[in-house]
Amino acid sequence: MTALTNDHDLHDHDDHHHHEAEAADRYMFGFWLYIISDCLLFATLFATYAVMGQNFNNEITPYELFDLGFVAVETALLLLSSFTFGMAMLGANAENMAKMKFWLIVTALLGLSFLGMEIYEFVHFSHEGATPQTSGYWTSFYSLVATHGLHVTAGLIWMFFLFIHFNRDGFTNANKIRLACLSLFWHFLDIIWICVFSFVYLRGAM
Amino acid sequence: MVQTDLIKDPHVLTGKLHWGVIPFHDPVVAPVMFAAIFGGLLLVAFVTYKKMWGYLWNEWFTSVDHKKIGIMYCIAALVMLVRGFSDAILMRTHQALSLSDEFGEGFLPPEHYDQIFTAHGVIMIFFVATPLMVGIMNVVMPLQIGARDVAFPFLNSLSFYLFLVGVLLINLSLFVGEFAATGWLAYTPLSGIEFSPGVGVDYWIWALQISGIGTTLTAVNFVATILKMRAPGMTMWKMPVFTWTTFCANIIALVIFPILTVAIAQLTLDRYFDFNFFTNDDGGNQMMWVNLVWAWGHPEVYFLVLPAFGMISEVTATFSRKRLFGYVSLVWATIAITILSFLVWLHHFFTMGSGASVNAFFGIMTMIIGIPTGVKLYNWIFTMYKGRVELSASMWWVIAMLVTFTVGGMTGVMLSIPANDFVLHNSMFVPAHFHNVLIGGAVYGFFAGFTYWFPKATGAKLNETLGKWSVALWFFGYFFAWVPLYYTGFDGMTRRLQYIDNPEWQLPMYVALIGVAMLAAGIAAQIANIVITIYKRNEPGYKDVTGDPWDGHTLEWYTTSPPQFYNFGDVPYINDRDPLLDMKQKGTAYKRPEKYERIHMPKNSWAGPVIGLLTLPLGFGFVWHIWWMVYVSVAAIFAAWVKLNFERDKDYYVEVPEVEEIEGQFLKSNEGRHYYFEQHAKHYKKWKPSDQK
Amino acid sequence: MKKKLFQSTMVFSLALLLSGCDLVLFDSSGVTGKQIGDTILLTMGLMLIVVIPTILMSIWIPYKYHTSKKDESYDPEWEHSSKIEFFAWGVPVVIIVVLATITYITSYSLDPRKELVSDKKPMTIQVVAMDWKWLFLFPEEKIAVVNEVSFPVDTPVEFLVTSQSTMNSFYIPKLGGQIYAMAGMENRMNLMAHEEGEFRGISSNYSGFGFSGMRFKAKVTSEEGFEEWKAGVRASGQVLTDAEYDRLTEKTRDHEVEYFSSINPLQFKNIIESFTGAQNGSN
Repeated sequence: MTALTNDHDLHDHDDHHHHEAEAADRYMFGFWLYIISDCLLFATLFATYAVMGQNFNNEITPYELFDLGFVAVETALLLLSSFTFGMAMLGANAENMAKMKFWLIVTALLGLSFLGMEIYEFVHFSHEGATPQTSGYWTSFYSLVATHGLHVTAGLIWMFFLFIHFNRDGFTNANKIRLACLSLFWHFLDIIWICVFSFVYLRGAM
Repeated sequence: MVQTDLIKDPHVLTGKLHWGVIPFHDPVVAPVMFAAIFGGLLLVAFVTYKKMWGYLWNEWFTSVDHKKIGIMYCIAALVMLVRGFSDAILMRTHQALSLSDEFGEGFLPPEHYDQIFTAHGVIMIFFVATPLMVGIMNVVMPLQIGARDVAFPFLNSLSFYLFLVGVLLINLSLFVGEFAATGWLAYTPLSGIEFSPGVGVDYWIWALQISGIGTTLTAVNFVATILKMRAPGMTMWKMPVFTWTTFCANIIALVIFPILTVAIAQLTLDRYFDFNFFTNDDGGNQMMWVNLVWAWGHPEVYFLVLPAFGMISEVTATFSRKRLFGYVSLVWATIAITILSFLVWLHHFFTMGSGASVNAFFGIMTMIIGIPTGVKLYNWIFTMYKGRVELSASMWWVIAMLVTFTVGGMTGVMLSIPANDFVLHNSMFVPAHFHNVLIGGAVYGFFAGFTYWFPKATGAKLNETLGKWSVALWFFGYFFAWVPLYYTGFDGMTRRLQYIDNPEWQLPMYVALIGVAMLAAGIAAQIANIVITIYKRNEPGYKDVTGDPWDGHTLEWYTTSPPQFYNFGDVPYINDRDPLLDMKQKGTAYKRPEKYERIHMPKNSWAGPVIGLLTLPLGFGFVWHIWWMVYVSVAAIFAAWVKLNFERDKDYYVEVPEVEEIEGQFLKSNEGRHYYFEQHAKHYKKWKPSDQK
Repeated sequence: MKKKLFQSTMVFSLALLLSGCDLVLFDSSGVTGKQIGDTILLTMGLMLIVVIPTILMSIWIPYKYHTSKKDESYDPEWEHSSKIEFFAWGVPVVIIVVLATITYITSYSLDPRKELVSDKKPMTIQVVAMDWKWLFLFPEEKIAVVNEVSFPVDTPVEFLVTSQSTMNSFYIPKLGGQIYAMAGMENRMNLMAHEEGEFRGISSNYSGFGFSGMRFKAKVTSEEGFEEWKAGVRASGQVLTDAEYDRLTEKTRDHEVEYFSSINPLQFKNIIESFTGAQNGSN
């Protein structure tokens, strides 16, 4: 690897450490690129939602169903989970396993509650007659919100495996990269949710 | 032809599958099917007899080496080129015989013919042009920037297998069931469940979805590689033009493939779960599909053609024995095309009724792309100016490209004028135009690059005579095949006709058929060329001893052919846009470095082929509604992913003595050249390549 | 055989050169069609001014600087010239500016939605694309025809276009533009013929297995001829009832011409509103 790093200042460093730093940099960058493509994916879903936003097919409309208070709680849970993930990262930076694990568990519980509320909401809407098959509007609503929900689910599964990784190997370089990527992912989902909250729920409820 | 639209209640075990979906009695497909099964068995028997499974598994299938993955992409692309071109032959023959009065509407019923033109388009774009390009990028780009591999070698392997599953699914559709008969972009609502109830569109969906995810991963991988793994000293403005175009093309892919993924997922939800994205009824919006697929589809064209431009640039500079003219211009032109490519998609449907202002905007945006493209043409021409042009086979491809692509550019600008488009839209003029740019621009560029880098990938140069024959046959074949269709386009002949009723169009159809025969001969010459070259790879005239058969300018020529698994024993510091030329001029080329360092390399991985190929039963299960197969595949993919995730042993070091030994041989074989460059350093300007041989 | 092929090729190339003006798009019988044909030739001609020299250069320069010529001006380090770069950017910019101007003007002047000017009273024909045939409704005359349409010469005709099923494109190549036919939506196109005749009408957007046979005859007649044609349609005595319309929605290929002497005047509106797709979402 050192042949790649003819840069004179790096020459004296330990071969191995340099490789680790380089790998961390490369993986984080790659993950950023993935986030960009995921952004585009959500952008497409938002665009679809904007196009189909009024196609109610003479069926039930969001104005009749949306409960802003409920969604506000959902939003609060997810925002809070972003904060607790930040705490977990602080724990990880200090290589404090107990602190990191505690905050990670809190994050996972908040994420799970968010998911639970979302599923409850979907079931409730379906009972009121708003299923994805009802109209173009509900098709686009469910696909957008559920795609976010699936991302959260993926994040939770990832968190579970990260736990096992940390139990097995502790604060290795690879685990730190994994945690940093998940952190990025989790904050990204938060931002997407803020967009969902503003464009879907606020607009739909007013 | 098999039709699967009548199967209503899928069986628990077999889904919609039953014996009737296999076309045993189809006079066209059945022989092909038996030949394919027989050939496949023969191949398996041969590999088993030669005891090659272990070798293939260890050296190729599980390899994460970008060069080997690139070669596998190219092989798959060439196989699919034969398949896609067979479709072209069938179409042209059929249409030439389809004047309804005389021949009774050709020999293919619409149920079959319509699948053929759909499959032809899908195959040629997704499974020929894309993999050929990604294959060449894979082999060349890391070498050009002095990297040891791509940023994420395992992802690269996974991308390849996801692409391969797309290939397998589309070929399965030929023998099990049917393919989409909707046109290659599967316009809704025709592709919806109401109008296409069979499994054809489902094959389309899963083949494209799975291989499309592979392309997204490739884009992430290549962008990260180019931005993070360049040799020391190689700033962005010292990157070779091919690397620049690869970079821009993958930025495009990174942005557009998620759009395709979402659009296809939405069509999937429509078809499988009665969602209402693109339906006529219940608040669906069919125009959204057209917008989404073209928001992907038009940049996709530039995704294909930009790397071809890069290849043309490298070949032209090398064989003009000169530096590339107007490097900065070329790079800015590439960036301009990248940005503009996102702003033109609506020109594919001016006739949808969006109104004059919208049409004018998109028409003008489209023709503005003509400016950077024109700049590129002039830069290539002026690269040859004041040069010593050596007309090798790859240079023949370049000149064929310059001529053909210019014509295609002109017809493209004609189409970009909305007023013109109102009469030319969907006429034969349109396929004639995009074949003109895709064959004349992308394919000729790829073949120029393919011929140019073939010795780097394999260690043997292609036969020049056969190469030139295939250029000539392609060049004239193209014009014979497509000028008549430009002509009928002007005569109001629409595309995708299963039969024609105007006797005036028959003669053009015959001429086009001659063109197709010439193109077929051109492809045959190329395949013969590859086979002969591999057979004679160690003979003088074929074998590349020095690693630098063309007196190249860029870093990929500064290693053995084929390169060692670690690419470079020692990556030089880059001071120049043409690093190898710079080293030759300074006399430092092929000089033994003071010391070697140990090299960090990724290990082979079972996970690429296993996880990748597990998406085959996943896709197949979805196509035929075999739900247990879907669940089992998902579970297996997840399990494999978890296992991979907990593996520790993923890389290793190549120790210094091994590097020294391998590199010693390479430098020894280039000793003469080293002294030559050292002695002639100051006079390199006057150095003529022919003197050296 | 070979000789015959060769001959036909020659004949074809000659035909290509000589009969350019016989091609449907350049010999239009429509007012807009004529102008579009001229625009195509104009833009092609303008581009050929640049394209031909470029092609010649890309053949002549490798010939002139071929390695065997040992041209003395060989300069391997020559990689930049502001003068040439100026022209490399300048020439495409100039030609594109000219073409963009033409584009801007013609996008408005030849927009199919623009109403055409004539001293005759414009007429409206409603068009429905079906699997796989065309239904023409004449709301003022209260008649309907399948796979045939007629209108008088020099009369502006406004076609209102929709679809009963998939996406099609309504197109009479000899008269001018085309427009998509989509379910639940109404598209508009204006045509005016300046010559009498019987022209091919087609669907120009692939719509399924019967697509190739989805054709109609467009008969442009004199005023008297049009009256006669209408009388012929009325004489059929067929009524386009709901049952008849349902029969038409069935998939058929190479459908014969059918006449209906009476229709529901709101038929077209009803067809569009039977779909609650994009356009009707907010109702």
